[in-house]
Amino acid sequence: MGTEEEEKKVLFDEEAATSLVKELRASFANGKTRSYDWRVTQLKSMLKMIDEHELEIVKALRDDLSKPELESTVYEIAMLRNSITLALKEIKHWIKPEKVKTSLTTFPSSGEIVSEPLGVVLIISAWNYPFLLSLDPVVGAIAAGNALVLKPSEIAPATSSLLAKLVGEYMDSSSIRVVEGAVTETSALLEQKWDKIFYTGNGRVGRIVMAAAAKHLTPVLLELGGKSPVVVDSGINLQVAVRRIIAGKWCCNNGQACISPDYIIITKEYAPKLVDTLKSELEKFYGKNPLESKDLSRIVNSNHFTRLAKYLDEDKVSGKIVYGGERDKTNLKIAPTVLLDVPRDSLIMSEEIFGPLLPILTVDKIEDSFAIINSGTKPLAAYLFTNNKKLRQQFVSTVSAGGLVVNDTTLHLAVHTLPFGGVGESGMGAYHGKFSFDAFSHKKAVLYRSFAGDAAIRYPPYTGGKLRLMKVLMTGSIFSIIGALLGWSKV
Amino acid sequence: MGGELEDSLAELRQTFTSGRTRSASWRKNQLRALLKLIHDKEDNILEALFQDLGKHHVEAYRDEIGVIEKSATNALDCLDKWMAPTKSRLPLLFFPAKGEVISEPLGVVLVFGPWNFPISLALDPVIGAIAAGNTVMLKASELAPESASFLVKTIPLYMDSNAVKVIVGGVDVGEQLLQHKWDKIFFTGSPRVGREVMSAAAQHLTPVALELGGKCPTIVDTLSSPSDIKTMVKRVIGGKWGICSGQACIGVDYILVEEKFAPTVIDLLKKTIKKLYGDSPINSKYLCRIVNENHFERLHKLLEDPLVAASIIHGGSLDKEKLIIEPTILLNPPLDAEIMTEEIFGPLLPIITLNHIQESIEFINSRPKPLTIYAFTKDETFMRQIVSETSSGSVTFNDTIVQFVCDVLPFGGVGHSGFGRYHGKYSFDTFSHEKAIMQRSFLLDLEPRYPPWNDFKMKFIRLAYKYDYFNLMLLLIGLKK
Repeated sequence: MGTEEEEKKVLFDEEAATSLVKELRASFANGKTRSYDWRVTQLKSMLKMIDEHELEIVKALRDDLSKPELESTVYEIAMLRNSITLALKEIKHWIKPEKVKTSLTTFPSSGEIVSEPLGVVLIISAWNYPFLLSLDPVVGAIAAGNALVLKPSEIAPATSSLLAKLVGEYMDSSSIRVVEGAVTETSALLEQKWDKIFYTGNGRVGRIVMAAAAKHLTPVLLELGGKSPVVVDSGINLQVAVRRIIAGKWCCNNGQACISPDYIIITKEYAPKLVDTLKSELEKFYGKNPLESKDLSRIVNSNHFTRLAKYLDEDKVSGKIVYGGERDKTNLKIAPTVLLDVPRDSLIMSEEIFGPLLPILTVDKIEDSFAIINSGTKPLAAYLFTNNKKLRQQFVSTVSAGGLVVNDTTLHLAVHTLPFGGVGESGMGAYHGKFSFDAFSHKKAVLYRSFAGDAAIRYPPYTGGKLRLMKVLMTGSIFSIIGALLGWSKV
Repeated sequence: MGGELEDSLAELRQTFTSGRTRSASWRKNQLRALLKLIHDKEDNILEALFQDLGKHHVEAYRDEIGVIEKSATNALDCLDKWMAPTKSRLPLLFFPAKGEVISEPLGVVLVFGPWNFPISLALDPVIGAIAAGNTVMLKASELAPESASFLVKTIPLYMDSNAVKVIVGGVDVGEQLLQHKWDKIFFTGSPRVGREVMSAAAQHLTPVALELGGKCPTIVDTLSSPSDIKTMVKRVIGGKWGICSGQACIGVDYILVEEKFAPTVIDLLKKTIKKLYGDSPINSKYLCRIVNENHFERLHKLLEDPLVAASIIHGGSLDKEKLIIEPTILLNPPLDAEIMTEEIFGPLLPIITLNHIQESIEFINSRPKPLTIYAFTKDETFMRQIVSETSSGSVTFNDTIVQFVCDVLPFGGVGHSGFGRYHGKYSFDTFSHEKAIMQRSFLLDLEPRYPPWNDFKMKFIRLAYKYDYFNLMLLLIGLKK
């Protein structure tokens, strides 16, 4: 079995991809995935899968990222479980056609919007939350009745192979498949025609995915990242703010998360106090030697470790470290690191950090921070800590980002009633809760007309009277229509 | 040219950054200005459409001016409601907190208008873009030159010229525009160009809406009541020749009908065509002409295939001088002929006969997904079957085209017919980013959110995720282990 699997992996080329898609298409065409029962059975199966293999999942995540068990349980497994439970509870409502009130222009008629599955979809996921970011979109795709292929990230190999094994065991393999692999396999998959591609990752690959999709006119949903800023106003409960920043930064895979705070903006005056609070809270959480802490993920691999080290070693940056900076190359660990007043043209301030480094920028007036944020590309999230209503208002109206959180970080991710997704460089399309279902559905407009109520004005020969009546019909005012019919109107 | 384009783009970006397009009053003023424009210049518009396509003024009003009037009025009426944030319910766990979604403008957007409805399909998306608070570059199609030059000349006289710009041009201008970064591209046209637009957009991660076409099938079930048959035939004619001579993305492309019912349909089609367009339809002023020689030749070629030519049962005459093609009906042309594999986009109507009308579902499913499926039937089971077993942008029963003016329904394609949707609130949404906002207070910070991790925190979080408040409380007061 094992060797057969390996052979299959090596042989996954364009031909294999083509035949895989063909198979799934046949399966979709026979209508199986459209049925309510199939969707529910698959979701229940997935629930069973994570319940029965929670320990293995935690272990795979530890292998791939040294992810602390609590983080794995909370951010990967519990989040997914919630997502499935919600889908199971709500799917009956989601699949119901939505009745709409049609206007007088098309009277007599009735209309509805029917959610139909798109067909065969491709989900390409990321390494940082390799379990959640793989299966959360799958929940949406199944709930909407699609057949699908999941391509987990090769950078988290333990999770990738566990997903391949478990999905193979628990889910309907005629319609749900996992393809493991890296660039070659992904390219082979991208050559195929899909009905939707859902990609989580970075902007560079996002562009490649979208360009490949263009050849087949395939819609894409891109979940990318960006530098998510945190604006910290004065006159707040700084301890709570700092703890919430830490929770979003180092408690989320050691900063390797797309909605992690990337940098802080604060007034010059208030900055020292913030730095002090960060130091004392970080020490409370991770002790005097954070490299030894079991509560911090490691850096995923040596490439990323080198990338992060380069940020710290840049000449104009290395002197700015005010806390942390320790690293352990063998174990791929970097301690929580805070930097003060780094130059804006430095590497660390021009790329998404995606790691445990937190630069602080200072401004004279806190209002100046919005201009700094808007001068960069649109981030996936933006955070503000303040008690000032006016500042909050200004933040909400001037800062464009996928989502905003005031007085906390990253929590919006867990709220299924809020759409989650980026804008501009941080991506396009949104998911979570019903938004996931919608992301994998086509909203088909259906209009029912009766044979009655045919107006001669629609057909030639066209006359002046027809034009008058048409004018009022288009705007749909009942009084004008009666007027026109009776010949009063001079429209 | 290049420099000019960059200047225009910079100006649009600057106007957007200034923030003035975000206010409700700016948006409303622009919509009112557009309404005033189409009222003041109705005659000029009708004339331009007549020049470009030979469109009769009643048809032009119905499909172009009227559409814009309806959309702009509807947007004006609904704007406040659309702009209002939507509140989201948050789980108690996050208390105290509130969640909402606000629609914010995307920025500077690019709209490609087509030539077949050069006024309405150019301005209808612009209405959505303005209502959502964006600045807009509209590229009008060079293939409808009079309408395009009307837009270029007139729009700046009525609307905020720093925020709404019109450019005319062909492929070269399109390519230049696509090299730049836009915050959304809205394209109406063919799948071939749609692919190019999306590839270019990918370089800048720009979201696109593609309004394409496809072969819209019309299923005609066997009807028994003569008046129903009459209505059906009129509506098919209205959806084919009555709408820009079939040069419409939602025009009827072909008919599927049972063999035994076909003669009735054909007979009545012929009679009604004669009644509506006279004995010499080539000279009828109610028929649009073909937009240009290229398209005329394309359609001519479709008919030249000998097997296709042999299937013509009505019409078939062409006037190259006037670019007019007579309403033409073909019975069972070969299915592999171009007329049955490509979107016709012209006044030719193939009728395909089936043994049983149920076969139409398989017929449709074996071809790319169309923008619309029309079906004339009184059989409710069959209706349900069509809705659930086929896929298309939309389905309209017992009529044609009217779904286009129904603003409560999303308008857009799926698969080969495009993606993204507009009309009514959907137009507003297509040009908006739905920004999720969560507000928390500093009160009530839960210790278990923070490391160092231990078993208690683990238990707490497990329960929290289940929203199991009862056990959470027990845990907190030490009654649960």
